[in-house]
Amino acid sequence: MSAPILLDPTNESRPAQREQLTRPASVKGLTVGLLDIVKARGDVYLNRLEELFVAEGAKVLRFRKPTFTKPAPPDLRHEISIQCNVVIEALAD
Amino acid sequence: MKPQLPDGLVAIVKRECATCVMVDPLFTNIAASGTPLTVYTQDDPTFPASVSAIHDADLSVSWHYDIETVPTLLRIENGEEVDRTFGWSKDAWQKFTGISDLGTELPVMRPGCGSLSVDPNLEDELRVRFTSSTLHSRHVELASAEDEFESMFTRGWTDGLPVIPPTPERVLRMLTGTTRSPQDVVAIAPPNLVELTVEKIAINAVMAGALPEYLPWIITALEAVCNDEFNMHGVLATTMPVGPVIICNGPGTKAIGMNSGVNVFGQGNRANLTIGRAVQLTIRNVGGGKPGEVDRATHGNPGKLSFCFAEDEAGSPFGTLAQERGIAPQQNAVTVFAGEGPRCVVDQAARTPEQLTNSFAACLRATHHPKSVLSFDAILVVSPDHSRVYAEAGWDREKILSELYARLNIPGAELVKGALDMAEGLPAKFADRIVPKFKAGGILLAHAGGGAGLFSSIIGGWANGAMGSTPVTRPVLS
Repeated sequence: MSAPILLDPTNESRPAQREQLTRPASVKGLTVGLLDIVKARGDVYLNRLEELFVAEGAKVLRFRKPTFTKPAPPDLRHEISIQCNVVIEALAD
Repeated sequence: MKPQLPDGLVAIVKRECATCVMVDPLFTNIAASGTPLTVYTQDDPTFPASVSAIHDADLSVSWHYDIETVPTLLRIENGEEVDRTFGWSKDAWQKFTGISDLGTELPVMRPGCGSLSVDPNLEDELRVRFTSSTLHSRHVELASAEDEFESMFTRGWTDGLPVIPPTPERVLRMLTGTTRSPQDVVAIAPPNLVELTVEKIAINAVMAGALPEYLPWIITALEAVCNDEFNMHGVLATTMPVGPVIICNGPGTKAIGMNSGVNVFGQGNRANLTIGRAVQLTIRNVGGGKPGEVDRATHGNPGKLSFCFAEDEAGSPFGTLAQERGIAPQQNAVTVFAGEGPRCVVDQAARTPEQLTNSFAACLRATHHPKSVLSFDAILVVSPDHSRVYAEAGWDREKILSELYARLNIPGAELVKGALDMAEGLPAKFADRIVPKFKAGGILLAHAGGGAGLFSSIIGGWANGAMGSTPVTRPVLS
């Protein structure tokens, strides 16, 4: 029996390999982005994080997704990438 | 590549065909008439005896010129076919060749025979020979000792059930179901946002077990789910137990053998099950949406394998869902709805439309939670036994829906947090208000199910509107 040939049903793409950034030793002086995905009570969690980061000397910027059911819009991702040194995306339920 | 034919008359024949053998002597007359004649023979290179012939050994001429019957006569001018006749018709051949006494001794008419290029035993092989260059997907060559079904499980290509191996032969046969080019991009498939081509859909449709005539429905359903409105990304990623519910309308549902009757949501109908399955396999394999990865459903539901059915249009006393959503009568269409599994409504006693509507409203109120309002839509699938109650009372779609909505305006006191000793609920400020369970248009009405049984079904939705998913209806094009 000859070997069967199948057509690949996948998108045939390979994820790009990216180096992880080194974890900062301290957040002092850094701008920390907090992205609220707008799930219920996510703001409670992020409010507490903001307090802790500010106490550590970081500047905090807050961002919100329009809805938790869809990926963050490209413009929002771009804004975060140019304004922040680090970002935290919060899920809550 | 399509072979070039010489100008003049071109005949395609085979020895195996009695009509071809009968007309064999006539080729001498035609060749002598001054019109250039070229004869292609499909099987025996020594046939016809009357003139020398070119052996269409790989059937390239027959395939590319869509020869279905032999003998076929083509007229070629400036390299292009301008006319053809097939089989034997004395009158047609005399006019075609301009020889008024051609074959006077032969019968008036004889049908031809099937061309070898449409022989069911050869067709798949020929399609691969002549059209496989239209396919761009990577070839995955399995080892000869490898079990192809097991290897597809191992590669992560299946939904947990076995799939049909997508060989080039099967995929090309599937593509005969559409007029669209294999490389047409139908949509951007979530979650990985990759271009979804007709070819990739056809591969997954083969794997799902679909037939070529289902392909336009599968393509349309994928177009309908892969957009911001339906939000397939969110439907996939949610922890709620929803998937795309596909409702098919139009005469094509009967033509492809879809089920709108007995066991309409259940097993047993190839079209219903494989259309829905092909959509989900495509999202899995091309989009990259897999359970446990982007798909985070807490429970999911068995309909995430496939949940697709046709509406019983002929038996509906309140029109069709597709027409309600702007589709012309007789137009095939697909509606997609982000829904959970169906829940049965039992009412074997209602004999008036008011009684029946009271039951429907009470059950609809419990969708997701009796105190949840405005966040979720629902489809009410009314069975023939129940719709008869409405038909006899003369209630149409508008009347049924307005009576349902009227019964689903709920006193806020029953909905606020703590009411009924449940923590779920609205803020206290709603206690004195009346709040509708469903937003306007939030109840979709469909008609389907077997002819016996005083039961209907509710298919609860997911987060509705711009925040989540909106039902989408699209016409099915070939």
